[in-house]
Amino acid sequence: MSAEMHQTIADFIAQKILKQPKRVIQPGDALISSGLIDSFSLVDLALFVEDTFGVRIADSELNATAFDSIEQLVNLIISRQNK
Amino acid sequence: MTTFTNVLKDFYEREPDRVSVTLMFPGQPDFPITYRELIERSNDYAAAYARAGVQPGDVVILILQHGKDLIYSFWGAVLLGAIPSMMPFLTEKLSPERYRADLSALFSHSHPTGVVTYPEFEADVKLMVSESENTVKEVFITDRIPRQEKPDFSTLPGMKSKETDVVLLQHSSGSTGLQKGVALSHRAIFNHLDAYGEAIRLTREDVIISWLPLYHDMGLIACFLMPILRGVPVIQMSPFDWVRAPYRMLQAISAHRGTLTWIPNFAYNFCAQKIRDRDLEGVDLSSWRASINTSEPVKFKSHQMFFERFKSYGLRLETLQTSYAMAENVFAATQNDVTKLPYVEEVDRESFRSEHLARPAFDGRPAIQMMSCGKPIPNTAIRVVDGKGRDLSERQVGEIVLKSNCMLTEYYNRPDITKKAFLPGGWYMSGDYGYMFNGEIFVAGRKKDIIIVGGKNVYPQDLEALACEVHGVHPGRTVAFGIFDESQGTEEVAIIAEVDTDDENEHERVADEIRKHVTRNSAIAVRYVRVAGPKWVLKTSSGKVARTANKEKFLKELEAGQ
Repeated sequence: MSAEMHQTIADFIAQKILKQPKRVIQPGDALISSGLIDSFSLVDLALFVEDTFGVRIADSELNATAFDSIEQLVNLIISRQNK
Repeated sequence: MTTFTNVLKDFYEREPDRVSVTLMFPGQPDFPITYRELIERSNDYAAAYARAGVQPGDVVILILQHGKDLIYSFWGAVLLGAIPSMMPFLTEKLSPERYRADLSALFSHSHPTGVVTYPEFEADVKLMVSESENTVKEVFITDRIPRQEKPDFSTLPGMKSKETDVVLLQHSSGSTGLQKGVALSHRAIFNHLDAYGEAIRLTREDVIISWLPLYHDMGLIACFLMPILRGVPVIQMSPFDWVRAPYRMLQAISAHRGTLTWIPNFAYNFCAQKIRDRDLEGVDLSSWRASINTSEPVKFKSHQMFFERFKSYGLRLETLQTSYAMAENVFAATQNDVTKLPYVEEVDRESFRSEHLARPAFDGRPAIQMMSCGKPIPNTAIRVVDGKGRDLSERQVGEIVLKSNCMLTEYYNRPDITKKAFLPGGWYMSGDYGYMFNGEIFVAGRKKDIIIVGGKNVYPQDLEALACEVHGVHPGRTVAFGIFDESQGTEEVAIIAEVDTDDENEHERVADEIRKHVTRNSAIAVRYVRVAGPKWVLKTSSGKVARTANKEKFLKELEAGQ
C-alpha cells in the first residue's frame, strides 16, 4: 500500500513538477528543504494528494516541518485515511 | 509639492485614528495599523537610527519580511531623512552563502550605515556585515527598538528633506539586480501618484488588497506608498502565505470589500487552476473594480481563464485591466482605461517575426494574440524607436522609450549605467520591444536578457553563475533562459550546463545539484535542467554564451522529444 503510494507520488513529482520523467526519488529524499520542490509546486502536490488519496493537506502544512520527504508525506496520508 | 514626512505629519495631526495598513496573517486576527501607530512606531526606528549615527541621506537596508517591522523600519528611515531599501527577501530560510553574496552586491554601491533584521538572523547578518568591507554602523534588531515619546515634527530631520532628495532605493533580486538600485525622489513619486491616481481614478473610497512583496515596484508603489500617502486603506498579506493559499486574496476582497488589486499575469492562471470551490463559500467579488495585470507580459487568455473560473462569484470581465510598468518610471508608464476592456487583437505572425510589423491577421494565417497595456499615463510620453533612436510608425515594432516627470534620479552611485540608459533628450530606454496602435502600447518582448518569472525579474547571468558553482559543471559553459508556458501564463526557467563527460548517471547527479543549488540560492524554480556532454553550448565568435541560439537549440531538442 505505502509502496504503491510512494510510487504514485514519486511519478507525479518527476513528471509534472520536475519534468524529468526518469528521475528516481527515494522515500527519504528531502523535497522541500533541499529546494527540489518550490513553493509554487507545493500547491500542486497538495491538490494531487487530495484528488488521488482523498486526504486534505492544509496550506499551513505546506512546509518542511510538516513533511519533507515522500515517506513522511505517505505517513501523513495514511494517518488521515485511518481517521 | 511636498515630501513624505510632511504628508505623514498631516495625517498625524488631522486623522491619526484612520486605519492605514491592515496586515493579515493566517490563523490570526487582522492587525490594523492607524496613522498614529504607524508614525509613532516608525519614530522609534528613526530615533534608534539616529542614536547609532545614521545620518539623513544615508542608506538603511531592511532584511525583513511581511509584517509591522518592515513598515515601521521603512518609515522610520524616511522620518530621519535617510534612504530605506528593502532587500529582496528570497526565501523563508536564510541561506548564508547567498545572503553574503547578496549583501556584498548591495553594499558595493549603496554603502549603507544601517541594516535591520530579525533576532533569528542577528548572528548571520552580523557575521556577514563584519566580514565584508562596509560602512555599517549598526545592525538593528527588531525586538530591541526602544519606544519613544511622541514624535516632535519640529525636530525630525525628515522634515528638512527636499523634494528632489532621494527617498528610497529599489532593487531587483540577484547579484546583478542588487548592484543596480533605482533611486527615486520625493518629487518623482508624488508626480507619479498624481498621474497614476488620475489614470486609475483612485479615491479614498477604494480598498487595496495585496499579497505582493514590498521590495518590488508593484508592491512597493501601488500597494504600499500610494495607499499610505493618499489615505487609501490597504490590506496586505505575505506572498509566502498567498502562494500556499491563493484563495486568501479572494476571501480578503470579499471580507474587506476590496476594489483594487495589482497582480502579475501568472497569478491569474495560478488562481484559476489552484483554487477550489470549497475555499470560496460565500465569497463575493462584486466590489472589485480593477485588477491590474502588469510586471510581466499580459495575456488575454489568462484573463479569460480567470474570468470563467470566478464569474459566478461576482467577478466582472471589465475588472481585468492592464498596465505597463517599470521601477525607473516609479511604477506605471501606461494604464488601460479602467472602465473599459483592454483592446485585444490578432496580428500576423510572419510579418511580426520577419518584418517586425504588427499587421492585423488576415486570410486565416497564423496569428499572435496581443493585448493592449493602454495609453501612457498623463505625465508620461512614450515613443517606439529603432536601433538608432529614430521614431517608428504605428504598428512597427521597436524599443519603447519614455520620458516623464517621475523618472529615477539615477541608478544609485552608478553614473556609468545611468548614462547608458538614456537617449539624448532624456528618453529612458526601457529595453522592452513593443508597438503603438491608436495611441495604445502593446509590449512584444525584450531587448535585454531578463527572464520574468511570476512577475519577478531574473537576470540569466545570475542563474548561470549559480549553475557554474555546482561541482562537475564546466566553468563558463552554462546558459539560462526563459520559455513562455501558456498554461502557467509566465516564463519558466531553463538551464543548460555542460559537463566534461557523457556518463548519464553523472548528468543526472549534476542536474539534481543544479536544481537544488539554484532554487535554494535564488528562490527561482528551475523547470528544465539539461545537462549535456562536451561542446553542446553554443558561443558567439567573441566567446560569449549565445542565449538565443542555445534556447532555439534546446527547444528543437524538446520538440523532437529527446
